[in-house]
Amino acid sequence: MIEGARWKKWLWFYLPMSMFILGLLFPFYWMAVTTVRPDRELYRPWNHPLYSPFWTSNPTLDHIKNLLQETLFDRWMWNTMLIALAATLISLLCGVLAGYALARLRFRWAGLLGTAIFVTYLVPQTLLFIPLADIIRDYSIGDTPWALILTYPTFLIPFCTWLMMGYFKTIPKELEECARIDGATRWQAMLYIILPIALPGILSAGIFAFTLSWNEFIYALVFLSSPEQKTVPVGVVSELIRGDVFFWGPLMAGALIGSVPVAIVYSFFVEHYVAGMTGSVKG
Amino acid sequence: MARVLLKNLNKKYDDVHAVKDVNLEIRDREFVVLVGPSGCGKTTTLRMVAGLEEISSGEIQIDEQRINELAPMDRDIAMVFQNYALYPHMSVYDNMAFGLRMRKFETEEIERRVNQAAEVLGIQALLERRPRQLSGGQRQRVALGRAIVRNPRVFLFDEPLSNLDAALRVQMRVELKRLHDRLETTAIYVTHDQVEAMTLGDRVVVMKDGVVQQEGEPLELYGRPVNRFVASFIGSPAMNFAEVSIAQAGGALWAETGGLRVKVPPAKAEALRRHAGRRVVLGVRPEALRIAGGADSAEYAFDSVVEVVEPLGNEILLDVRAGAHAMVARVDPATRVKVHEKVRLAFDPERLHFFDAASGEAI
Repeated sequence: MIEGARWKKWLWFYLPMSMFILGLLFPFYWMAVTTVRPDRELYRPWNHPLYSPFWTSNPTLDHIKNLLQETLFDRWMWNTMLIALAATLISLLCGVLAGYALARLRFRWAGLLGTAIFVTYLVPQTLLFIPLADIIRDYSIGDTPWALILTYPTFLIPFCTWLMMGYFKTIPKELEECARIDGATRWQAMLYIILPIALPGILSAGIFAFTLSWNEFIYALVFLSSPEQKTVPVGVVSELIRGDVFFWGPLMAGALIGSVPVAIVYSFFVEHYVAGMTGSVKG
Repeated sequence: MARVLLKNLNKKYDDVHAVKDVNLEIRDREFVVLVGPSGCGKTTTLRMVAGLEEISSGEIQIDEQRINELAPMDRDIAMVFQNYALYPHMSVYDNMAFGLRMRKFETEEIERRVNQAAEVLGIQALLERRPRQLSGGQRQRVALGRAIVRNPRVFLFDEPLSNLDAALRVQMRVELKRLHDRLETTAIYVTHDQVEAMTLGDRVVVMKDGVVQQEGEPLELYGRPVNRFVASFIGSPAMNFAEVSIAQAGGALWAETGGLRVKVPPAKAEALRRHAGRRVVLGVRPEALRIAGGADSAEYAFDSVVEVVEPLGNEILLDVRAGAHAMVARVDPATRVKVHEKVRLAFDPERLHFFDAASGEAI
C-alpha cells in the first residue's frame, strides 16, 4: 500500500483503480443498457426526442422475450453448460494427475515433457481446428456435443497441467514424505494430504477451464452446424446477425445472460481463486 | 528393541557420489547424531534409512532384517522434519492421529495415545488448533507428538531445531534429551550444529563429503580427533591451527614457525620423530591456552599481540597474533588486557594436537 498523505493515496491508488474498474465494467454496462433499450432508440436514435447515449427512459424487456421465444437460446445455454462442465472435468482430472507427476515423480525427460506440454498450449486454435476437423469427421462425431467435449481438452489439459504443476511445486514435499512414513501409500498421501491442500489450485484451474470452454468460439463454430446443437457464443452470433442486419437488442441480451453463469462461478470461488493464482501454502 | 545397521551404504546421483561406503551400527536405545557441514551426505543417509531415497548399494538392517526394499510405511519409523511438515489443513489432533488412522487403529486407542503424547509434550490445549495458529516451538512439539504416538522402532530427526530462534533451540534441545531418556527409543539425529550434536548424542558421527570421518562419544571426538577436519569442526571457537616444521635440537623435538617455537611434548615425540624435517600442522584449542604465569615453562609458551578482545562475561576470547598466525585464546574473565598489548600465552602440553600437513590425519 502507498504510505503518506491521504491525497497521495487518492491520487495513486483510488483514482487509477477507479479508472481501471470503469474501463472494465463499461462493456457490461453498455450490454445491459442496450438489452433494455427499445428498438426506436437503437436504430436512428437521432429521431428520438429524449435520446441519451448512456441511459434510456423507456426500458423494455422485449429483447429478452424475443431472445427466449424466437431463438433456441435456452437450448444453447444447456449445450454450453454441458459441454463446458464435461470438458472441464476431463481436463481437471488429466491436468491434476499430469501436474502431480511432473512436479513430484522423478523420471527421465520430466522437464522436457513439461515444456512440450506447454508448447502444445501455444499452438493457435486457428491452426489446430483444421486437422481436428478431419479427426472429428473420421469419428463421425461432428455436430454432436462430443465434438467439443473431446476437443476442448486439447487446449485445457496443457493449461490445467501447467497451473497444477506450479501449484504442486509450492507444496513442501516433506508433507507427502511424512505421510508416507506415517503409513500412507503414495495414493493415500496424494488423496488425504496433497489434494486437499491443492484445492485452491484445483478450483482455479477448474474455473479457468470452465470459462475458456464457455467462451470458446472457433471450434464451436466449425464443428457444430445445426442450430439446436450450438453453444451460446456461436448461436447468438450466427442466429442474430443475418447478413448485415444486427439484432442488437437480442444480441446484447444473449451476451448478458450468457455471461451470468461464469460470473456466478467466479463470485463463489473468488477467495480460493486468488489463493490458487498466488500459490501459497504456509506450513 | 531396535538396532540399526548400515553396511557399505552408498548413494550416487547422476554425477555426485553423495554417500560413500558408510558403515554404522546404532545400538538399541542409542541416540546417534550425524553431524557435518551442508552437503556432507548426512541428510541423504537419514533419508535412505527412512526409505525416502533409494539405496545405490549397500544394506540397511533394522533388528537383523534387511529393509532396503521396504516402503517407508512398512519400516516402523517416525521422522521429524526441519520445516515440521505439519498437515496445514488438519487440526493438531488430526495431525497426530493421521499415522494411527492410516494404520487402522481403534478410535479409542487413537484418542488415548494422542492425549498421552499431548500430555508428555504439554500441548493438550492446542489439540483443536490448526498448524498456522501455532508458534515455531509449538509446531515443533506437534511434529514430535506425531512421531511419538506411533511408538515406532526408530526416530529420525532431520535438523528439527534449525528453524527455531536461538533461545528456543536451547530449550527444545533439553526437552528432546529428556524425551529420549523417557521413551528410550533408538534415534538418529541429523544436524549441522556441533553444539547440538555434542549435547544430544550418546554417540556422534562426523561426516564430510559423504564419508564418515570419525564416530565416538562426544568427549572422545573433542579430545582425540582423528583428523584436522574433525578437530576444526568440533568445538567452538574452533581449534587454532598453525603449520610448523619439526626440527631436532638438544635431544628434543621442536615445532617451529615464524614467531612460534614450542617443544613437542614427550608423549608425542615418538610419533613425530618420523616427521622430522617435514611440515606438520599444530593444533591447540582456545581453552587450552592461558596467560602465562611465572610457573609456566618457557618451552610451552609463546609471545603474541592482542588484536581483538571479546568479553563474553563468563570468559574472554582473545584474538591474538603470534608471528604470522592468528589464534583465539579463551581466558579467565578477570584477565585485564587491552588491544595491541603484548601477552605471553602458555598451553597445556598434553592438549597439543599434531596433524599431517598433506593428509590431515592426526599424528
